Amino acid sequence: MKYIDEYRDRQLAHEYASAIAAITTRPWTLMEICGGQTHSIVKHGLDRLIPSEITLIHGPGCPVCVTPISLIDQAIAIASQSNVTLCSFGDMLRVPGSSSDLLSAKASGADVRMVYSPLDAVKIAQQLTQQNSDRQIVFFAVGFETTAPITALAIAQAHQLGLDNFSILCAHVLVPPAMEAILSNPDHTMQGFLAAGHVCTVMGYGEYEAIAQQYQVPIIVTGFEPIDILQGIYLCIKQLESGKAEVENQYARSVKKEGNQQAIAMMQEVFEATNRQWRGLAEIPKSGLKLKDKYAAFDAQKRFNYEDNALEICESPLCISGLILQGTSKPHQCPSFGKACTPEHPLGAPMVSSEGACAAYYQHAVI
Amino acid sequence: MCLAVPGKILSIQGEDLMRVGKVSFSGVVKEVNLAYLPEAEIGDYAIIHAGVAISIVDPAEAAQTLLDLQQI
Repeated sequence: MKYIDEYRDRQLAHEYASAIAAITTRPWTLMEICGGQTHSIVKHGLDRLIPSEITLIHGPGCPVCVTPISLIDQAIAIASQSNVTLCSFGDMLRVPGSSSDLLSAKASGADVRMVYSPLDAVKIAQQLTQQNSDRQIVFFAVGFETTAPITALAIAQAHQLGLDNFSILCAHVLVPPAMEAILSNPDHTMQGFLAAGHVCTVMGYGEYEAIAQQYQVPIIVTGFEPIDILQGIYLCIKQLESGKAEVENQYARSVKKEGNQQAIAMMQEVFEATNRQWRGLAEIPKSGLKLKDKYAAFDAQKRFNYEDNALEICESPLCISGLILQGTSKPHQCPSFGKACTPEHPLGAPMVSSEGACAAYYQHAVI
Repeated sequence: MCLAVPGKILSIQGEDLMRVGKVSFSGVVKEVNLAYLPEAEIGDYAIIHAGVAISIVDPAEAAQTLLDLQQI
């Protein structure tokens, strides 16, 4: 596939690994933000290709993994109502709530549907309206700034179409506040970041410059293919070795500094920032999105009378997902990894999601 | 969740929120919303996430990424 295959060139990858080794004079610890990057690193063995002095820590960049249990429980409760069809990305269906998951709810008779896009959920709502159905369509809106504008577009379409049978359960979260939360922890070990290329495709990277300056960490906006990630690592190490802490854009074929202005404008039209619980990271101020009052009619929590409950800590005591999402432990350091916890029988979200670090390690046999 | 893949825009129709196009992913053609890329034209490669195009691939930058190593 054009613009993918050429960035998976084995020879070029090995040349990049050599270039990284040539400039590395001491140990460095980098964090890749995005779970998509984590999977690419593990799948292609990039962590074993680069010098052993470089440690890659996997960040909290899996929105499925950081969605609080309380919201999953609400999604299950809403889906279980007789006149509701709950639409969700496939990643969310098997993430454990307090006592169940959406797939189990579906097996028990709930109308839970996997969709490719929130726009598909709007189409379903539009069709039901035309059929004079009284069913309610609820989209479980999970994701970072890459996905939030897609949900915002769905809301704008539903608003324009005058749909009163469409709403969202909003779990959107923002990356920069999470980065700052990690960097504010005095025990953090991160010396540089690979920032998420598709988040920055939407948002640009202007807001990362203040973070780089305040915390004195280089931040490299990085793509997802092996050559992208290796180049991101090279640029990050080059800065660290020369004592710099700047924002650089490795993924310039997709990312512009100003981002996608139309997408940003739609997000700002529909959403406003709010405090949000992150599974494994506690509450982070202004790290989530909620619908503005103008669009409150599309808020499933209001429509179905659910308060945004505080996160109940009811993770399995055998699961260390909180430590993994903070980057302080790696999946294979969990005593349950591959034993009590597998993709078929997950104890925590990182073993379920296609972007979860535990699933990546399990799938690609990292030990 | 932030998975996005490049595809070639084959056709464009509609306006504003409902601006859509047929996009080919190595021969697999899907309808994609183009509301966020008013400047997109037929023949452009766009990065698609969850059924919506979020950027146009810059061919010069794409080529430069592969040449950067030679300049190290």
